[in-house]
Formats: sequence, structure tokens, C-alpha cells
Amino acid sequence: MPYTYLDHEADVGIRATGSTLEEAFEQGAKAMLNVMWDISTIEERQNVSIECTAGDIPELFVEALNEILSKQGIEELAIARLRVDKITNVDGRYELKGTVFGELLNLDKHTVKTEVKAATYAGLRYEEKEGQHIVQCILDV
Amino acid sequence: MSEKPLSVEIKKITPYLWEIPKKGDMLVPGRIYGDEETIQSLLKDVEEKKGGGFTPAIVQVLNVAMLPGIQKASIAMADIHPGYGFAIGGVGAFDLDQGVISVAGVGFDINCGVRVLRTSLDKEDVEAKKEQLANQLFRDVPAGLGSTGDIRLNSGEIDEVLIKGAEFAVKKGYGFPEDLEYIEENGKVQNADPDNVSKKAKDRQFKQVGTLGSGNHYLEVQWVEEIYDLKAADAYGIRKNQILIAIHCGSRALGHQIGTDYLQTLSEASRKYNIPIRERELVCAPFKSPEGQRYFTAVNCGINGAFANRQVISHLTRKAVQHVFGIDMRDIALLYDVGHNTVKIETHEVDGVNKKLLVHRKGATRAFAAGRVEVPAAYREVGQPLLVGGTMGTASYILCGTQKGMEDCFGSAVHGAGRAMSREKAKRQWRGEELIHELAHKGILIKSRSKSGVAEEAPGAYKDVDRVVDIVHGAGVNKKVAKVRPLVCVKG
Repeated sequence: MPYTYLDHEADVGIRATGSTLEEAFEQGAKAMLNVMWDISTIEERQNVSIECTAGDIPELFVEALNEILSKQGIEELAIARLRVDKITNVDGRYELKGTVFGELLNLDKHTVKTEVKAATYAGLRYEEKEGQHIVQCILDV
Repeated sequence: MSEKPLSVEIKKITPYLWEIPKKGDMLVPGRIYGDEETIQSLLKDVEEKKGGGFTPAIVQVLNVAMLPGIQKASIAMADIHPGYGFAIGGVGAFDLDQGVISVAGVGFDINCGVRVLRTSLDKEDVEAKKEQLANQLFRDVPAGLGSTGDIRLNSGEIDEVLIKGAEFAVKKGYGFPEDLEYIEENGKVQNADPDNVSKKAKDRQFKQVGTLGSGNHYLEVQWVEEIYDLKAADAYGIRKNQILIAIHCGSRALGHQIGTDYLQTLSEASRKYNIPIRERELVCAPFKSPEGQRYFTAVNCGINGAFANRQVISHLTRKAVQHVFGIDMRDIALLYDVGHNTVKIETHEVDGVNKKLLVHRKGATRAFAAGRVEVPAAYREVGQPLLVGGTMGTASYILCGTQKGMEDCFGSAVHGAGRAMSREKAKRQWRGEELIHELAHKGILIKSRSKSGVAEEAPGAYKDVDRVVDIVHGAGVNKKVAKVRPLVCVKG
């Protein structure tokens, strides 16, 4: 399963898996976006690049998700997908470059569900096991 | 940063208050308001590591007890459930010189809170035009993901919102100057520095002033079913059968972005100042450090943003009610407005001495007793009103602060029923449309764009609010004044 939801009383836990770190991040983003709206109602008509940095991989995951939320809010987009173009380690800091795909939010067209306030450090984990990269965190909704 | 739960030893102090004695790295004991059932359920959670292994609430109370500078006790109110870093319902007060400030102690929805308007209408008036009122409110008050407000601000005005809070909204014609007296901190906290708020946060804010948001946020038309304390009810201007309107929302994306921005700043600060934290989300900085001060002055901007937001929504609500019932907008007065995700400098007694403390309340409301100068003059003889939100199918309460609450829990109160079930589980158990139909049958109209959002907020996914309120009332830290029931609920 590329991503799953984990039970948490107040909020939503997400766990995503990929054969590469990039893929795990992409699946994690999909898990979050699917909380916000029915992603099948969104057409990929435009894209916006995102960039973020962090001290380690788990924090980079949270930064990437929060960067998507910022872009969503500022550009008023309905976002369907994140493509991670590159994750690099520069002088001990991790950097992510990626692109999000979607279109302008249209409440008549897109089925909205629940707003995600932020991705948090709670329940935050990253591990690489048997060739699989797994990321996990709790979303504040 | 181990997340390994400790073995928890807990002892009963009274039927409604429990203590986890200071042990190991704990600097103070943990204190939890609850009955046998609350505590058994918290302990069961520890054993099962329920919730996919996320940190149980009781362990979060212990983790906060280990943070530098904490005073008296790490406290959780009766609506305790697992949060991120702090438990929801968590209260942590810190010494200003030795203590820390934490993102988790405030949360991402800075100054999320409840405001209640009292009207000159009775239940019977609204019953006659309920559908019309529900439609009008749903049309006039922007709610849900992606909604935008009707105020458009320029960049200078954004900074003004962050510094002046509700006062800015009043100046723009949203509400009346007398409203400000009935908002915690008069709707404007000091020490707000917009320079410490990122451009991103401001950019996200400028279309969202005056929007309700989604999740557990709501606008609810309620009627007063029962009065418990006539003197306090008189002071608050509430009577049986009267229509009240409750607004539950926060600082929207502004607050979310401030929280997000400072997560990384405080993560670096935790390492820099070598602060022992048990869970990554508990990242914090010494309050007096540059990082701590930057975060504090940014949070204060978020607090003011939320006050402005609720002020604008009040105006839209008044207009909608005026439109439907033809009453004067001034016949819809502000009862009170309290935040429940805050960090504030307050004076409290510690070891017989009055001391300024930094009080974090995550999912807990300030609850000051009679006589405190912070309480509006009209309420000062009875204490601060506490606005406790139930669910869309159950009661909500108005309580007041007590002297015992000042002494035992830094003048704090429960903030709501508290969730008992995850959103995912709730969606598996209920369908939004059926729920709306079922509640309509009980005389409660629900308006929402998101059917799945309604299912997530099913009354059955929450703890029993009556029991939660009975616990804090029984413990003597909050006192029951009135019970209200919903007639119309607009959900995000």
C-alpha cells in the first residue's frame, strides 16, 4: 500500500511508502491532499515549483507538506499531486526541489473535504527497511 | 528524543483530580482532571499504544512535566486526548527566566477560540424561521476549505490586523466599539511584532480574514435550555429560552503558517540550547532567548489575527440575523470571546508569592475568577465566562471561573467535549447525509459543503460533554452557569 491513514483521536496520521525516498514523499503528499479534497476531481492544468530545506529527512518531509499547504493557500490552488524532482544533501542540510500539479480552486467543481492546518512533528518517523522508504507524521486538521 | 512511554503510576487525589507523582526527569508532578472512566481510558491507551503507536495523552502530560522552568504541575483538563507534543486540554506554566516557550503548547491554530453573541430573540422566534436563518448564515459567513472573506487588505493593513486585532475590524466597520470590552485582552494582545511574521503567513492571511475554516469549526445558533447559576447568568445577560450564537474558529492560515515557520526555528533552538525534549513536536526555546522572543511576538500577531477574524464573522452574523428577523444589530450583544490555543504572560500565585508566568493552554481556556482585573467590569463579581463547545448534536455550556481554579490550575478550563474517536473511524461509522437527516429530525439543521466533514464531526465521535463539564464543576475549578442546545449549525 503506497499510503495509509493511522488512527489518531483528534487529527490524522499518515504513513507513506516508496521504493525511493522521492516516491515516499510523493505518496505522503498524496495522502495529505486526499484528506483535503477528492483529488480525482482536480485536473492538472498548471504547475508550481516548490523548494524547501531541513536538518534531517523527517523534518524535510514535514517542510515539504507544509510548503504545499502554503502554495495552495497563496495561489488558491486545488492541488492533486507532488512530483519530487530531487532531494539532495548539501553540507549536512537536506534540500528538496519539486513541482505540484493542479488548477485554480473552484468550489463548484472540486469536492472539498477537510482543511489541513499543518503537518506536524508529532508521530514523525522515517525509516528505510528492505529497500522501502517509509515516512509518517500527524496532520493537524 | 525517545518516544518510549514510561510506566505510569497515578493516584487519586479527589474523585475528579488525579496525580502522577514526580519521578525520573519530571520537574513537577502531572495533574489530570477526570473521573475513573477518564483515567482508565487514558491508561488503556498507554498499554495498547493505541492510535498507531502515537504518543498517548498521559505520556504527553509527563513529557511537558520535564520541560525546563515548568511551575507547580503539568496539567490536563477533563477533555484530555492525544495532541501533538502537548495533550489537548494541556496547561503548562513556565518561569519567565528559566522557562521555555513551545509551539506545541499553542498549536497551529493560534488563538482558536469561541465567541458567543446573545440576542434578544427566543427559541420560538427562531423555530418559526429556522430554515431561512440557516440558509442566510450559510450564505453570508464564508466557511470551509478554500473560502475567502469579504475584506480585502493591503499590505500595510495586514500589519495593522496583527497589531490591533479586533480593534482593527471595528475600525473598518465590523461591529461596535463596546464589543472590545467583552473579548479576552480586549481583542488585542501587546508585544505583537509583524516583522517576525513571514511574508508567506501574511500572503496567506489577506483573503482569509472573516472566514470560519473547516474541521471542528462552526457557527451555531443555540437556545438556553437550563440555568444553573442565576447570579452569574444575570450578570452575563442570559435567560432561559434565549437565543445565543456561538462562533468557533481561529487564526486561519496566518496562524497555521506562523506555527509551521517556527517549528523549524524552535527545532534548531532546542538543539542549540540543549533542551531535553522527549518528543520531536515538543521543540521549544528559552522564553528569553532571541528565538523564543521572536516566536512569542509572532504568536501574539496570530492571536490578534484570530480576534479580528471572529470580530468580522460576528458582524456578518449580526447582519444575517438582522436580515431574517428585522432586529437592530445592537440587540445582538457580545457575551464574551475566549481563545483556547494560547500562550500568555499572567500573574499567578506560586508558593505564596505572586509571580509572572508564561502560561501555555493547548485546547484549554483561560478561566479567571471573580475579582481579577482582566475580567470585564460587568462580570467581575461572578468571574470570567467560559464558553465550552459541545458537538452539533449535543449541549454546549457556559461556565465561569473560580478561585479554586486560580489556585489549582492557573485559572484554566475545559474547552470542549474532546474527541473520543479518530476522524477516519468516524467516517467509517457514519455517513454525512444520514447524519444531517437524523439531526434534522431532532430539530437541528446542519449546513456544510463537506459531507465527509460532517461525518468526521459526528456527535458520537466525541466524549460526553455533560460528563466532562460535571468533572470540572465537581472539582470546583470551573462552575456551571448555563446549558445550551443547538438549533442550527454551519460547519466548515
